[in-house]
Amino acid sequence: MGISETYTRGRELAVERPFVLVVAAVLALLGFDVVRQLATPGGLSTARLATYLWDGLVVGLSIGLAGVGLSMTYSILNFANFGHGDYVTSGAFAGWAVTWLFAGAGQFDLSTLLFIGSLSTTDLGVSILSTPLAIVVGLVVAAAAAIVLSLAIDRVVYRPMRDQEGIALLIASIGVALALRYTIYIVFGQRTRGLTDAQSVPELALPVGGGQTLAIGGHEVTLVVVAATLMLGVHLLLQTTKLGKAMRAMADNEDLARVTGIPTERVVRFTWIIGGGLAGAGGFLIALERGAMNFQFGWVLLLLIFAAVILGGIGSIYGAMFGGVTMGLAQNLSLVWIPSEFSTVAAFGVMIFVLLFKPEGLFSGVTTA
Amino acid sequence: MSADAEPTADDAEDTAEVAAAAQGARDAAGHPLVVQDLRKTFGGITAVDGASFSVEEGSLTGLIGPNGAGKSTTFNCITGVHTPTSGSVTFRGNDITGMAPHQIARQGLVRTFQIARELPDMTVLENMMLAPQGQSGERLSHAILPGLRDGVVAEEEELLERAWQQLEFFEIDHLAEEYAGNLSGGQRKLLEMARALMTDPSMVLLDEPLAGVNPTLEEKLLDRIHELRERGNTFLFVEHDMDVIMDNCEHVIVMHQGRVLAEGTPEQVTSDERVVEAYLGGDV
Amino acid sequence: MSSPTETADASAATGAGDGREIPGWTPYRAWFRDQWAQGGAVAWGTALGHLFVGLVAFALVVGFDVGSLPIGGSLVWFVYLSLTVVVLYAATAPPAEPYVAWLDDRWMESDTDKLLIILGHVVAVFFLFAVALGLPFNGLAGALGSVFFFTAVYAMMVLALNLHWGYAGIFNIGIAGFMAVGVYVMAILSTPVDAGPTGVPGLGLPLPIGILGGVVAAAVVGLVAALPALRLRADYFAIVTVALSEIIRLSLNSRVLQEFTVAGVTTGTGGATGKTMPGNPIRLLFYESFDPGAGPALLGSVLFPVFEGLRVQLIPPNSFLVGVVPLPAFTLDLAVEPPVIVNWAYVAVLVGAVALFYVLLVRTGNSPFGRVLKAIREDEVVAKSLGKDTNRFKIVAFMFGCGLMGLGGILWQGSQGFANPNAFRPIITFYIWVALIIGGAGSNTGSVLGGALFAGLIWEGPVYVRRVVTNYVELGGTPGTFPAAVGPFVEGEVLPFLAYMLGNISALRFVLVGVILVALMQTRPEGLLGHRKEEAAAIPLGRPTERAGGEGGTPRPTRSRTGATARRG
Repeated sequence: MGISETYTRGRELAVERPFVLVVAAVLALLGFDVVRQLATPGGLSTARLATYLWDGLVVGLSIGLAGVGLSMTYSILNFANFGHGDYVTSGAFAGWAVTWLFAGAGQFDLSTLLFIGSLSTTDLGVSILSTPLAIVVGLVVAAAAAIVLSLAIDRVVYRPMRDQEGIALLIASIGVALALRYTIYIVFGQRTRGLTDAQSVPELALPVGGGQTLAIGGHEVTLVVVAATLMLGVHLLLQTTKLGKAMRAMADNEDLARVTGIPTERVVRFTWIIGGGLAGAGGFLIALERGAMNFQFGWVLLLLIFAAVILGGIGSIYGAMFGGVTMGLAQNLSLVWIPSEFSTVAAFGVMIFVLLFKPEGLFSGVTTA
Repeated sequence: MSADAEPTADDAEDTAEVAAAAQGARDAAGHPLVVQDLRKTFGGITAVDGASFSVEEGSLTGLIGPNGAGKSTTFNCITGVHTPTSGSVTFRGNDITGMAPHQIARQGLVRTFQIARELPDMTVLENMMLAPQGQSGERLSHAILPGLRDGVVAEEEELLERAWQQLEFFEIDHLAEEYAGNLSGGQRKLLEMARALMTDPSMVLLDEPLAGVNPTLEEKLLDRIHELRERGNTFLFVEHDMDVIMDNCEHVIVMHQGRVLAEGTPEQVTSDERVVEAYLGGDV
Repeated sequence: MSSPTETADASAATGAGDGREIPGWTPYRAWFRDQWAQGGAVAWGTALGHLFVGLVAFALVVGFDVGSLPIGGSLVWFVYLSLTVVVLYAATAPPAEPYVAWLDDRWMESDTDKLLIILGHVVAVFFLFAVALGLPFNGLAGALGSVFFFTAVYAMMVLALNLHWGYAGIFNIGIAGFMAVGVYVMAILSTPVDAGPTGVPGLGLPLPIGILGGVVAAAVVGLVAALPALRLRADYFAIVTVALSEIIRLSLNSRVLQEFTVAGVTTGTGGATGKTMPGNPIRLLFYESFDPGAGPALLGSVLFPVFEGLRVQLIPPNSFLVGVVPLPAFTLDLAVEPPVIVNWAYVAVLVGAVALFYVLLVRTGNSPFGRVLKAIREDEVVAKSLGKDTNRFKIVAFMFGCGLMGLGGILWQGSQGFANPNAFRPIITFYIWVALIIGGAGSNTGSVLGGALFAGLIWEGPVYVRRVVTNYVELGGTPGTFPAAVGPFVEGEVLPFLAYMLGNISALRFVLVGVILVALMQTRPEGLLGHRKEEAAAIPLGRPTERAGGEGGTPRPTRSRTGATARRG
């Protein structure tokens, strides 16, 4: 048997080799070019490369954080939720509203703070150092609001459709996305809303050699730390609790899970709670890092989130994180070669490229959620 | 035949070799389907482990074996659903090993499914009209361009005629305009066989055609198969129910643990000790 | 005379069978039914009498001057509004019943009847809008021209999408991208080499070649997408198509491709500012050139005066009835302005294009080719086991659909003289999907109906509702913020809220689209005409000898009523 097994493995490797080879070749070529550009005087500076890498990581983690929720609902409820991006927006707006109310209480009235839009971010000076409490409360409320919203929508829209196919649910979720997005538009208007004060954001200067420094924003650090913590939490939840096991079982085979007595409706509810909560928190963190948001930023982000989730393979939270970081890095590192207008194109290109060789995504089969 | 040629062979490798040697001679003597040393592994599990057999022209050959004997995998390797790990499948002198399912079907080797796979949202007639090979209207240009479409219409009229005849032969013509999804389990099996015959096959592979069919329809189905065989069609009949095979097939191949255990007439096979031990013993 | 009943259709449908018992309503209804059942003069007299009494009651209620109510725009006003609705409902619901029954009958007759019913109602609704707004005939013609323009372009796009989704089960949400490829390639090929100081030069090829090039390019992009992507799962494939459409849009948007030179030829996409499209040749039928101030050409010089002169003075000024009673002057004004005429001429071209799409796609569907597509949608393994090279069919169908989407895009976005990448955001793809789902995936007739309903009632309708309401109700200033609108509402003031919502009607329309999508997927996922028996064959499938007497089986349990009876025809 030993020989035939080795043979099989060799065969499987041979099938996968083109992909590995192509990727290795492309990465090597790009790496070589980066080194060449770094060596060229007046070319790419270390600081710029470091900035690209850091930005890529930050953007990637934020996409990944939002993506984990999408991946979970995707694998457990079996449909691609096009409303997820607008859960992100809703969470961000809820968090923003509470943060501003908190920071501006006593100085301005509600309407001035949230609706008129004449207030500048410098009037409040929100940042993680100057108003940490407001931001923590905002983060919690963002998650809570997105959870309540996703549960309510599940009750009204998706629960009556449980026995329908994934595509029907997908189309309904497009309807949810439209209704949510433009409800936010009607309530808050189409203006871009500032969240944090760019002046009062602390910045860290990290030396990267050659007398150059990499500037790291305090909100970026916040995002990375919170995102990493949340993801670790989800990992522990899924790996160690009974609920996590039930979720994994249901992602595997829903009918079987039902027959074996797993309370599927409860699992669905917790899926929305975790998925919605991560979406809301992710939305707020992204707004915090960017300093501003508008009614459709979640929708614009959604395609990248989808790309990340699919790249990683649906159902895998590691895949979602990995896919997110890949997207973020692809988007930012592409700036070394192509104009910034094409950075999103590059990210999508990477996704399509990977799917050509691995049609089920990179981490498919490694289901963790 | 090979089944009684080596009744007590201990070494399966020998069995395969002897069988393989026998194939060459048979091929010429009117054996359209020849399977040689077929092997299929999934990861570490070997589902088919060097099966060799052939099917005689115009025969109704049964392929039986207990559950897990490798019948279905063999079947799937022949029809192109799986690519064999090694070995070969030859149909009418052409090597069809590893060909795509549609290419194999085009050679005239058509299959039916264990659980009938009707096309539920299409009518019975649509199901039937789908099957014939080489329809000119399957090219988009012929379907839409004014001059070329006339030819398609003429062809369709011919096909419709044939479809009705076939439906009448299987006595399901009263269901012709029904959605296939509304048919009973047995009617679906009839439809599936009728549909397979619409392709004008030179050989039909039947994957448990009697599974889930009530006794009345079962009889009808078997009658049709016998009648078609008398008209010259060749059938390979996969079944795990021994009795059905023994009553209907003139030649039986018994598989066990991925290999051909015995081969011969029903009488020869039933009197084979290993078969009794491997199959009947376990079954009863 | 049917127009007043139109608005009652919806309310009659919702009012019936919801179990709310209003005292006296049921016997009253029964009485009306009896009267109607007698037929002839009694029936029509009763029905018309109802409408008349209703109109009088309506006029009496409206007679109360809104402004003279004690609290203008308060809850009292809201009560008054409800009263009006009740009066209208009571007057129109009973006569609407036989009308709806008649419509039901006609609906089953044929596809043409279905189309006529939908289009007729759209026209009637816009006629009511025009009357309510006091628009001249020219205004109505302009409004309808716009509605029909959108109906036609959506019908085309939905027909093409139906080939992908309804027939082959290919989940394409990158429609915008294929449209963009068609439009931009056409523009690049056919824009003159000398495009003036502001324009981006093109290759200066004749327009038909440009259009053909655009269609072929869209089909080729479809091939490029389909070759690798068709082995993906349906939802992965969907994401790839939408990503592709975004890649296309972002590339068109970029400064790099704004103007470039390849092999000595300079051309470009125009970048984010957009690109001037080749002139619409229809205009040349009416004008001597594309210049705004051009003089009329042959057709224009004949038609413009004819239509502008369509004013019939029915009652000249200073006339008297029987020489005694003074009469108001009245002129029947059917005059139509030149721009509206040109627009209608193009709409006519579009209707021809829809017909072409329809014929092509019906032929595609009703053929062995369509049969295989249908089989692939149902069970690809079966199609393969019957010797069908399913990948070939899927690729050909996908390319054909993409080519048609390119053509549809050219006729839509390419016909307006100007296009920019913003017109090809993914949202447009979803509109087309909504229209498809309204009509019902799988049905070509349904696709056209879905396009008409989407364009007329969801797309153009809300804007007119706003116009009508603002025309009749003194809304006062529109509140600037949401709380300023909601605050008074809680206290009983309705108008600020109404004004705010109407001010945001375009956003409200999106919410409406979303809610309709969800409601449709929950209650009627097969749409208006989906899942009905459109047999995929080039000839009617019946017993050749006694085809007329073909015994039909029992309908599928899941099939809609319209589907079940559609077979009668």
